[in-house]
Amino acid sequence: MTKEKGEDGANRRAIREQIDENLKRVYRDSLSEELPDRFRDLLAQLKARDDTSQGGTGQGGAG
Amino acid sequence: MNDLTPRDPRDRLAEAIPKLRAFAISLARDVSAADDLVQDTILKAWSNMDKFDPATNLDAWLFTILRNTFYSSLRKTRREVQDSDGVHAARLSVKPAHDGTLALKEFHRAFDQLSPEHREVLILVGASGFSCEEAAGMMGVAIGTVKSRASRARKRLTEMLHLSDGEDLFSGSDGATQAVVLRSAATGT
Repeated sequence: MTKEKGEDGANRRAIREQIDENLKRVYRDSLSEELPDRFRDLLAQLKARDDTSQGGTGQGGAG
Repeated sequence: MNDLTPRDPRDRLAEAIPKLRAFAISLARDVSAADDLVQDTILKAWSNMDKFDPATNLDAWLFTILRNTFYSSLRKTRREVQDSDGVHAARLSVKPAHDGTLALKEFHRAFDQLSPEHREVLILVGASGFSCEEAAGMMGVAIGTVKSRASRARKRLTEMLHLSDGEDLFSGSDGATQAVVLRSAATGT
């Protein structure tokens, strides 16, 4: 209640900036992790399955 | 007009996967659990693609599926809380603290100790660049809730890192700190 607001606010902003900077780094680090092949394989499988089940002219009647 | 129509959202899934996975790692704190989560999300997205509105943000839609999947499996399994170092501290390289920058390892450790809800809101609005409004839509809460939750999460991090006063939380009392955090995690607060 009796804290000096100005200094406190500036300090809080600085802390917040540090936190956000580190959050971005955490996220960037996770983003740059190498992706396992399983996702590419999965997408290829899903695509192949769709192509087969739609049979030939995929554009036709949507089902 | 056959395979290469770029607007098919299915063809945009592949490029969304790194972001999805980064979000999943932030939520699950475990890379193999995160990968399972991403796989479930891809499967659900693929089979529900007709419900996706192409005028909206695909990433936000995918993130929503992922976080809903995460929370429903969390409710089912009630996974044990991991060791305090967590996945981030264990897996990712640690950079030295530059002037004014937090030591990354300490930050990872504190981040891992947050509740999933707090990690989620901080990643969404603090790191991955979604607006509070988008995050609110994804989390299924009001914008005000997003803002207050983000602010509480930042405050919690600040407390854990003892940024507000000069004390060095991490030099001496790891055991006691961890016990407190684990206890509060166990009661779900």
